[in-house]
Amino acid sequence: MTYIPKPKLHHPDLPKNKLGFTHRDYEGSVSTLCAGCGHDSISAAIIQACFELDLPPHRIAKMSGIGCSSKTPDYFLGNSHGFNSVHGRMPSVLTGANLANKDLIYLGVSGDGDSASIGFGQFAHSIRRGVNMVYIVENNGVYGLTKGQFSATSDKGSKSKYGALNSDSAIDMVAMALQLGATYVARGFSGDKEQLVPLIKAAINHHGAAFIDCLSPCVAFNNHIGSTKSFDYVREHNESVNKLDMMVDHDPIVADYAPGTMELVTQHDGSVLRLRKLAPHYDPNDRIAAMSYLGERAAQGEIVTGLLYVDPQGEDLHDYCNTIDKPLNELGTADLVPGQAALDKLNEDLR
Amino acid sequence: MEPTNIAAPEYFHKVVDCQWACPAHTPVPEYIRLIAAGRYTDAYMVNWKSNVFPGILGRTCDRPCEPACRRGRVEKEPVAICRLKRVAADNKQDIHNRLPVIPAQKNGKKIALIGAGPASLTVARDLAPLGYEIVMFDGDPKPGGMMRSQIPRFRLPEAVTDEECGYILDMGIETRFGTRINSLKQLLSEGFDAIFVGSGAPRGRELELPGRKEAGANIHIGIDWLSSVSFGHIDKIGKRVIVLGGGNTAMDCCRTSRRLGGESVKVIVRSGFEEMKASPWEKDDAMHEDIPILNMLVPTEFLHKNGKLTGVSFEKVKAVYDAKGKRSLVPTGEPNEIHECDDVLVAVGQENAFPWIERDIGMQFDRWDMPVVDETTFQSTIPTVFFGGDAAFGPKNIIWAVAHGQQAAISIDMFCQGEDVKKRPPPDVAIISQKMGIHEWSYDNDISNDLRYRVPHQEKALALADVRLEVELGFDKKIGYAEAERCLNCDVQTVFAPNLCIECDACVDICPMDCITFTPNAPEDELRLELKAPAKNRTQDIYVSSELKTGRIMAKDEDVCLHCGLCAERCPTGAWDMQKFLLDLTLAGPACHSK
Repeated sequence: MTYIPKPKLHHPDLPKNKLGFTHRDYEGSVSTLCAGCGHDSISAAIIQACFELDLPPHRIAKMSGIGCSSKTPDYFLGNSHGFNSVHGRMPSVLTGANLANKDLIYLGVSGDGDSASIGFGQFAHSIRRGVNMVYIVENNGVYGLTKGQFSATSDKGSKSKYGALNSDSAIDMVAMALQLGATYVARGFSGDKEQLVPLIKAAINHHGAAFIDCLSPCVAFNNHIGSTKSFDYVREHNESVNKLDMMVDHDPIVADYAPGTMELVTQHDGSVLRLRKLAPHYDPNDRIAAMSYLGERAAQGEIVTGLLYVDPQGEDLHDYCNTIDKPLNELGTADLVPGQAALDKLNEDLR
Repeated sequence: MEPTNIAAPEYFHKVVDCQWACPAHTPVPEYIRLIAAGRYTDAYMVNWKSNVFPGILGRTCDRPCEPACRRGRVEKEPVAICRLKRVAADNKQDIHNRLPVIPAQKNGKKIALIGAGPASLTVARDLAPLGYEIVMFDGDPKPGGMMRSQIPRFRLPEAVTDEECGYILDMGIETRFGTRINSLKQLLSEGFDAIFVGSGAPRGRELELPGRKEAGANIHIGIDWLSSVSFGHIDKIGKRVIVLGGGNTAMDCCRTSRRLGGESVKVIVRSGFEEMKASPWEKDDAMHEDIPILNMLVPTEFLHKNGKLTGVSFEKVKAVYDAKGKRSLVPTGEPNEIHECDDVLVAVGQENAFPWIERDIGMQFDRWDMPVVDETTFQSTIPTVFFGGDAAFGPKNIIWAVAHGQQAAISIDMFCQGEDVKKRPPPDVAIISQKMGIHEWSYDNDISNDLRYRVPHQEKALALADVRLEVELGFDKKIGYAEAERCLNCDVQTVFAPNLCIECDACVDICPMDCITFTPNAPEDELRLELKAPAKNRTQDIYVSSELKTGRIMAKDEDVCLHCGLCAERCPTGAWDMQKFLLDLTLAGPACHSK
């Protein structure tokens, strides 16, 4: 962490987005995490994604639980709505907020402890219900705030900073999300913003439950030899299946790739995902194939990253519930208490 | 790009823009920090060592440091470096016990200094502590040269000049003031081991126009007139005054006129307002005193009646640019403009003149009839004669005179000790980590958001009533502190150790100026465009590391770095460190000698 606030001065030639903001306008207060924490890079990637999408900060709600990762919403989007809930309960709070006001963009930020242990059930249900959100797990495989015990995503056989070997099986959050029916599933790495920023942008534009598992090395407790979540290990074992570009304005497509190596996916909101294939036979539209591919590569000790699965026509909780277009929190007393006549009519219909 | 060689002193020196721009290479951030700490005497002594006249320069310096100041590139205006220097001078305590001790035992070498201006005084200051016997000549009765004779008292009180010249004369300098040197040949025969010519550029340029002779009684050469005012020989001027010329002397002339009875004073220049040589702040000060500056008017004739000046006739011109962008002033064809006046002050430049140097003593003169002087050693073609200040290469300013004096003193010392004057001593360089704790630095890295503070001025009515009343009041300690805090500490360098870097991006994310990028290496032209924020300022270097683990390099644009140290605070491995780079020019003395 740093003791002084980040100076307000900025580069004189900083680009501005359509709203006239620079990326600095999407920052939050200065981080109190350890120097070099991967989470801070993810915060920077979220800032960059929101800046590039020209999002008005007051249309975003960021929700989190407890843990190092769950502190980070304070460090980005200082002008957005935020709610820091109890441990593991972020998905439920987010679901409630989303039900009340479907017009906001929901950013759920959690960690491997918050989502794979205490909040595992909450995570599972928010995904299977298809809450329209971006759910980011900042995954470092340890409990950093309590000095580095293994978390539920630590790989079996990986070594702690103090030399102990992990004997428990790891939960693969991506496999879980695919299993539970997330309609957008990706994995990124805090040390590769070029990959991460487009993944976040596309997730924000996705309609339905979008899940990103982001490997984020803990420099204090999980960046040593023997760890499978260190900078060096992730860089050595990273197998990126595709390279994503996101186009909001339907920019002309430059066909500079060999045929069959490029895939265009049009999402629900009209945004186009341009995927350059790195693994030749990988099909991000096939959920079952994605699950088996991930399993295969994991068995080889590789970490598959990129956009792993997308259902461009995904539906969300509001679609399932058939709610009205108007956000529920905007309904007035007249809508909510329509009077005796309306009640009588309803009762009549049910007879 | 090749990895940057940070071991070469020039690299980090260039990052300290103010110090790099200062002819005397004053360690500016170092003394500004001392001012912020309330250590005014220490700040003064840092200055005194580098530029000899902190009190005088803190009021009058041409301040090449300020346009160079990095602060001017990250917000609107640079740090008020010059005025901070004055804060140190105004608030210091007695410095006599900090001045060099003058050896009672002299070294047997005797040096003559011609002129008692800033260049000669600097030579005296540097050589007297080494045991040289110094004799200083000047035609004026008091020391200071143009600092005393040409700079009006309302900009530079005489007490300040007396004090700072006094520190030097008290070093046992033998003064022969009121003695004008009329023959170098004669002086050469008097047995001096070396002679330094610091006689300035004493001749004001003439303006030979019709009517010059007839109306001569009311047409004055600017620098001579200022000098007469300075020494009390002139104390009034006509009600309507025209000042011809657009340099700082013209500004001093017009503002002095306003104080000696000039009610309608105008500055009239040939070229455009923007191209005037005067410093912008001096133009502002003149205009603040109700002096209009009229431009694009070329004087053609002094008008007179019955032997008395009545006005000046001007041809109107406009600027025309040719295909190469070269400007020429072309008459507009409109009728001449007549400006009536009682007096004219001519301030159209000044030049060197050496009528007192005989042309048959073996000194080589160039085609402009100026002595040939080596630009590094300041030695003339007569090995015992050295030049400096305006006398060397034409009119510049005080800080250049000081820089010349320091170099000439080195040459004289080396020459007298039998050393090769061409072998210049390297600067004294130190680089020291400023880390005191995990997030603690020995400098204040919290960047101030304050805008540049204005110097309070004397009330105009009072100022215009007294030619000796100082106009600028200087910063008080409180504003001085706040202004000092605007300094970005550019001498505290960001030093990168590639072998420690784990490429976590923490520095990239925290850098408030988007200065740092990890990227594949490329030629400089490409690299400059591929950085997180484009590096368009070619005068500023890109700091490039050797190749890192992922095959990329670290590239940092030095241009707008705030030196806030956040990269180093966020670095988990200490790959970034903040290290103070202190460069001190070596002055005359044992450090210059090979033996």
